[in-house]
Amino acid sequence: MAERENEDRDQPLLMAEGLGKSYGRLTACRDVSFALYPGEVLAIVGESGSGKSTLLQLLSAQLAPSAGHVSYRMRDGVMRDLAALGEAERRFLFRTDWGYVHQDPALGLRMAVSAGANVGERLMAVGWNHYGRIRDTAASWLERVEIDIDRIDDAPRTYSGGMRQRLQIARNLVTQPRLVFMDEPTGGLDVSVQARLLDLLRNLVSELDLAAVVVTHDLAVARLLSHRVMVMKGGRVIESGLTDQVLDDPREPYTQLLVSSILPV
Amino acid sequence: MYVAVKGGERAIENAHRLLAHERRGDREIPEVSLDQISGQLSLAVDRVMTEGSLYDRDLAALAIKQARGDMIEAIFLLRAFRATLPRFGVTEPVDTGQMQARRRISSTFKDIPGGQILGPTFDYTHRLLDPQLAEASIPEAPATGEASSAAMPRVTDILGLDGLIEPSPQADANTPVGDLTRDPLAFPAGRDLRLQNLARADEGFLLALGYSSQRGYGRNHPFAGEIRLGEVEVEFMAEDVGFAVPLGPITLTECQMVNQFKGSATEAPCFTRGYGLAFGQSERKAMSMALVDRTLRARELGEEVAAPAQDEEFVMSHSDNVEATGFVEHLKLPHYVDFQSELGLLRKLRQEFAEADALSDMQEAAE
Amino acid sequence: MNAPAYNFAYLDEQTKRMIRRAILKAIAIPGYQVPFASREMPMPYGWGTGGVQVTAAILGPADVLKVIDQGSDDTTNAISIRKFFAKTAGVATTTATADATVIQTRHRIPEAPLHGGQVLVYQVPIPEPLRFLEPRETETRRMHALGEYGLMHVKLYEDISRFGHIATSYAYPVKVNARYVMDPSPTPKFDNPKMDNCPALQLFGAGREKRIYAIPPYTSVVSLDFEDHPFTRYRFDAPCALCGAGDSYLDEIVTDDKGSRMFVCSDTDYCETRQQRGYCGSESAAPHKERLHG
Repeated sequence: MAERENEDRDQPLLMAEGLGKSYGRLTACRDVSFALYPGEVLAIVGESGSGKSTLLQLLSAQLAPSAGHVSYRMRDGVMRDLAALGEAERRFLFRTDWGYVHQDPALGLRMAVSAGANVGERLMAVGWNHYGRIRDTAASWLERVEIDIDRIDDAPRTYSGGMRQRLQIARNLVTQPRLVFMDEPTGGLDVSVQARLLDLLRNLVSELDLAAVVVTHDLAVARLLSHRVMVMKGGRVIESGLTDQVLDDPREPYTQLLVSSILPV
Repeated sequence: MYVAVKGGERAIENAHRLLAHERRGDREIPEVSLDQISGQLSLAVDRVMTEGSLYDRDLAALAIKQARGDMIEAIFLLRAFRATLPRFGVTEPVDTGQMQARRRISSTFKDIPGGQILGPTFDYTHRLLDPQLAEASIPEAPATGEASSAAMPRVTDILGLDGLIEPSPQADANTPVGDLTRDPLAFPAGRDLRLQNLARADEGFLLALGYSSQRGYGRNHPFAGEIRLGEVEVEFMAEDVGFAVPLGPITLTECQMVNQFKGSATEAPCFTRGYGLAFGQSERKAMSMALVDRTLRARELGEEVAAPAQDEEFVMSHSDNVEATGFVEHLKLPHYVDFQSELGLLRKLRQEFAEADALSDMQEAAE
Repeated sequence: MNAPAYNFAYLDEQTKRMIRRAILKAIAIPGYQVPFASREMPMPYGWGTGGVQVTAAILGPADVLKVIDQGSDDTTNAISIRKFFAKTAGVATTTATADATVIQTRHRIPEAPLHGGQVLVYQVPIPEPLRFLEPRETETRRMHALGEYGLMHVKLYEDISRFGHIATSYAYPVKVNARYVMDPSPTPKFDNPKMDNCPALQLFGAGREKRIYAIPPYTSVVSLDFEDHPFTRYRFDAPCALCGAGDSYLDEIVTDDKGSRMFVCSDTDYCETRQQRGYCGSESAAPHKERLHG
């Protein structure tokens, strides 16, 4: 497992404190607090309407919180409140230090542009100026996510759902981010394709020492990918802890219900 | 031997003379007069004034004559003239509630205070070409009656009494009204610039967009709350005398659409509105404008923006027919220098393609 | 009916002031598109109203004006615009590049190097270099503000992966003063290097799109490319058939219906000046004589 140099692994990478979001009288989520450390994967599980998607948007600074703070430790070691970042800083973070994998890969890709350009775009955005090197780097990433290199000049419009998702992952990882947000990364894929993708994700997260926040309704995904899990219901975190512990020995009745309804794989 | 062609200047002069000759046409036939255009083709004049953004019947008639009946060319002439006029200031807002309405209809109620007045309309005519009009026609005198002094409150004001319709947005007295011809347009656009843009927009463009919204591309369940046509007084605040001086009447067509109701967690639901206003008797324009005004409020009203008629940037960037025709017709200008560059690139790519083909043929032959 | 009386160079002083303010702002931020309230002019949008407004705003009675289109003083639109200024400003006009103080141009930069004190006014149809990659103005403004030009590079990458070359032959995007990406107007990429470190002031006017931008004298202007696919100029590889020039951009003239072609300088002043100095090409046995069509 690759470890980043000079990283203080005892300091949290991402911190939420009393985080909440309301729309008028409707509260989407409230009172969320946790700390995420480098190389750690946190799963947020719950049914639809539990507030988990809103929470992901808050954590990735795509929504402004109604209450509480989200802070992120920048590459220079300083902890910054995301709400205080300027738009330029936020967009730069998104292109370099962070990744965001959408449930629908079409949202995270340029569908009409070649796979090579999709992966190379972030490199070009940070100043890479050599076509050959950009292309070679893109090709090596396609290999890494198990996409046939011959498809490098094809647009993702011509890809299957599973391939698109793997391309989206490659596009996100090319700048070696420290933190990746994933919104139902295997949603909408066939069961066998899901399994392969989860395997890939697990290996990449480990090889690249990524921290990740994964939102999913599927406990099997949480079990496979995450170290820790938070269970959400009605906008609140009702239970959290080490994944194996929570899933093997759930305390809350709702968590027990969720666990008991998993079909054995 | 090739000699570089000169004489472009002469060609242009000759073209202008030929144009003037064709415009006059057969000298045996009487020349059309501005009075005839203004009086008997009045709806054409109304359109040119509206999209030319200048209320002057004589100038609009002149523009139509000079443009040989090409409406957009006439609108262009009027706009170019408008750009040279000095500005004295801004009038007081006209009060269409005080309009001497010659035509006033509402489709939301069977009867309304002040009554439904058909006025001079094509609406219920049968569209049968009338050969009698080919000769001089002497139409019957219109029916007359006593002018009614009954009040004609706006239908939207009646609905507003019970709070059934959103109130008409009140302008902030301290914020100056934007001017589309002075401030460059930026998005999202305020209501003032949006309505100005739509008022001078091409009638056909707005008609198609309004139509598309009725067919489901951004549907908002419109009803014609009220359409009124008539004269209103224009007033100008003269600083040195301290009161508003009347400048004279203008003819306006106003359309208020009543649209899909909407509420929120904190507000009771009510109807929404769309507004249209045009010079002269320009009903199709006023109605289309009201439909598109409403569709462009989609984002403001929290509706999903999915259809072209709801896309503010798309609609407002392409609504001006003077801009549009300028750019479309500019393709007639010489572009041969750029075409030369494209030719060069294309020839190079074709050559490389042929070479690659030949190479692979050779390789196949060798196998 | 009142006949309008026109101000010097047509525009009223208020409008000129507004345009000059936009020009000053543009010069202060090289390559940045400054919005301005474009006026309706007597020629249609798309036919040079932006260039005409810029020229009208900067013209003074002592100026000498040259107007070219496709490099030639004699194309119909260049004539029309030159006559417009002769009528409304009464300024001296010329076809000689060296003698002009203000040159309004469409689609070409003159071959003769410009000197300090001259102003080159470009007519621009679409000022936004990212327009065909991203149609929304709200989005492109943000990209410029944040210096986010990844999308432009994606397009160049795609060209190379598809054609083996960058497939832009005119309106080739440039980076100005190492900050803003700019569209140089539809000049052939052959002309791009002339913009770099130029002693003259370069102003760009887009009337219909309502934008003005500028390159102050001696500013760096670099064409976008990749290290391993560097920018190259295209020029048809032949000398001018009339004056023999081997370094000027050439027009292709079809001379008969069997596909015969000849190539002559696009810049008519450059070509005629050379011919007057005695230079010849394959098609001229004697120095050029002007012929008028009767």
